[in-house]
Formats: sequence, structure tokens, C-alpha cells
Amino acid sequence: MLEALGVGCVRGDRRLFSDVGFALPPGRLLRVSGANGSGKTSLLRILCGLLTPAEGEVRWNSAAIGSQREDYHRRLVYIGHLNGLKDELTPPENLEVAAALAGISADRKACLAALDAVGLAHFSDLAVRHLSQGQRRRVALSRLALSAAAPLWILDEPFTALDARAVGQLERVIAGHIRAGGMAVLTTHMEVPIAGVETLRLDLDALGGRA
Amino acid sequence: MRVFACVLRRDLAIALRRKSDVLNALLFFVIVAGLFPLGVGPEPNLLRAIAPGVLWVAALLAAMLSLGRLFESDYADGTLEQMALGTEPFSVIVIAKMLAHWLLTGLPLTLLAPVLALQYDLPPSDIGVLCAALLVGTPVLSLLGAVAAALTLGLRGGGVLTALLVLPLCAPVLIFGAGAAAAAESGLGAQSHLFLLGAFLLVSLAVAPWATAAAVRIALD
Repeated sequence: MLEALGVGCVRGDRRLFSDVGFALPPGRLLRVSGANGSGKTSLLRILCGLLTPAEGEVRWNSAAIGSQREDYHRRLVYIGHLNGLKDELTPPENLEVAAALAGISADRKACLAALDAVGLAHFSDLAVRHLSQGQRRRVALSRLALSAAAPLWILDEPFTALDARAVGQLERVIAGHIRAGGMAVLTTHMEVPIAGVETLRLDLDALGGRA
Repeated sequence: MRVFACVLRRDLAIALRRKSDVLNALLFFVIVAGLFPLGVGPEPNLLRAIAPGVLWVAALLAAMLSLGRLFESDYADGTLEQMALGTEPFSVIVIAKMLAHWLLTGLPLTLLAPVLALQYDLPPSDIGVLCAALLVGTPVLSLLGAVAAALTLGLRGGGVLTALLVLPLCAPVLIFGAGAAAAAESGLGAQSHLFLLGAFLLVSLAVAPWATAAAVRIALD
């Protein structure tokens, strides 16, 4: 269970939000919405522990995430606004590094299978530099297939740059993860329906920012 | 340990596919060390006297030049935040990156130094001492440099600031590194200088990874 208690965020001189609180139990999806610059990405980075909140606390299974950092990271997949891919390496090489960092033992075969699942099996010998924006996003998202065992997925605008088919596929992957008892937090501008899952909503534009 | 090996392999693979970054620093070293005899003139005694100092300063500047690539590109493409979210302590990853930096700059600089020392007419025994000093001293440059590179991460004009932060910190390494060859020549023996360099290495090995990891976390915040 992921909890946020009275979380507030200040960037520079500007207060983005204050007193954001929610509890996300297993088997639920949390959608964070808000205008550009309302602090969606900052909130997600706070939930990962990359950003320290101005006030409040984020808890994983009733303990502050800062006190169990490596353990929490084992349960977490974060796909940010940046894809986290090296231009010089091929997609499977990128995935192998990502898997090692996440503490998953994935060999080359597992990485190729994950790429195949997002329809990029034919591009496995090409450096990421030569891929299109949408293909890069798909390589980044193929980490979800590798880390399917991690219960908490935090996804920042996962649908950007994807084509209609890939959007549909990602919807099904997220829905499947949640039905299997996982949790996901995501921000999106597009109202992509994720069918058949219980969804909590958090609107950062609304006063107080409470879910 | 698997993460350490994986990050090390990754950094070396990236450098091999972007050779110009590595070669630029080495060529800089060769050219600076090559210009001094031309500028100072062919006076063998003078050249012998300045050789260790010139080679050390050139190595120091070349190592500075290459610090930019240590974290900057990982920061820009988001791989650094993925590393900070890894399941191993972040300092393990930082040590792997420092080792990769040393293997790509410090080690080649040490291997190039004897060839360049011939230009200065250094006797073979002094060349040996110079290389031993570089071998122990250049890892310190990578370690201290990484702290400064992490502190200036994401700042505009970070390259110059990195140099301003690191160069004063490296003064002791320079003094004892260049002093080793001079001491050997005067018959005092270079041992004490090399031991002191070794002590610098151990102290920075204990402190720098931890400080760098903390500084990178602040940069990501």
C-alpha cells in the first residue's frame, strides 16, 4: 500500500501544491491530472523518492520510503518523462542495464522477449539513436514486461508519442497488472480509458489536492 | 557486484562507441606536453627539471576535460535517475563510474607519459618513478573530479566551475606527484612521496563515492 500524507511541493519560489493525501491499496489505479505546470511530474518524483517534499511524507507499507530506500526501489518501476535510454547502446543492451539496476536477473533472451512484446524485435541491433521518438518510448515501456513482479508502477505520461495500437496495448498491460493485484500511478493528458479497474483520481488543480 | 560490473561495462561500451570523447582528452595531453619543449627551448637540464611538473599539470588538465561526460549525459537522458532508483546502494554505481573514468583517462595518460617523457630527456629510472606516481595519483583525480562534476551537475557553465573546484583540491596530489621524480633524481628516494600519494588515494576512496552520491541526489532533487 502506497500512502501520501499531507505532501506539499515548492519549486523555486512557487508553491505547486500542498496537503496532497491519498492511500493506494493493491489492485487500484491512481490517475493524477492537472494543467501543465501544476506539479504532476514533481508529485510522481516525490512518490519515487527522487524529490524531497517540502512537507509531508510518503509511506510504503506504513513506513517512510526514505527509511527503506533500496527495499522500496525493488518494489517500484518508475518510467519518467525522460526515457532513460543511452543513445549509443542497442535496445537489448539498454534493457540489460535497466534489469541489473532493478535487481532482476534478466538475460539477453528475456530482454529480447520484452522487446518483442512491444513490437521492436526487429530493431534489436540498432543503436537507440536511430529509433524514432515513439519507438524509444516503447523500449522504455518494455521495462514493464521485465519488472512485472514489481507491484508499484509509477508512469509519467506513458502514452506520449505512442501510436494508437501501442496505446491500446499499453492500456491492456496496465489493466492486467492492476487486476493481478498490482498498483499504478499515472499522469496523462489524454483521457485513455483503462477498462475494468478501480480508479482513484487526484486533481492537482482542485483546491487542497485530495483524492 | 553484478550492478557494479554492469555499470562499468556499460560506461566502457558507450565510450568505445563515442571514441572522440576519450581521444580528445588524450590528444590534449600529448599536445600540451609536446608544446612545452618547443616553447622553452632545447636546454636539456632545464627540460629535465621541469618534465615531471609539466607532465603532471598536463595530466591534471586532461583529466578535468573529460569530467564533463562522467554524469552530464546520464543526467540529460534520464539514466542517472534510474540509477538513483536502483536496488543497490547508489555509491556502488558511483564507484563503477569513477573506475570507468579512470580506465578511460588516468590509465591511458599513465601509459602515454613515458613516451612523452623522452622528449624531456628524463633518465629511465625517473620515468619509472613518474609513471608509478601517475598510477597512484590519477585515480585521486578521478575521485575528486567526480565530486566536483556531481556538484556542478545541471548548472550552466558547469565545466569551468568543475575545474575551479577541483584544481585547488588537487594541489597536494600535484605537489607530491611531481615531487616524486624530483626526489628520486636528487637521491632522496621517491618512496615517501609515493606513500603519501597512496594515502591520498585511500582517503579519497573512502570519502569521494559517498560525497558524489549525495551530490548527485541533490542535483536530481
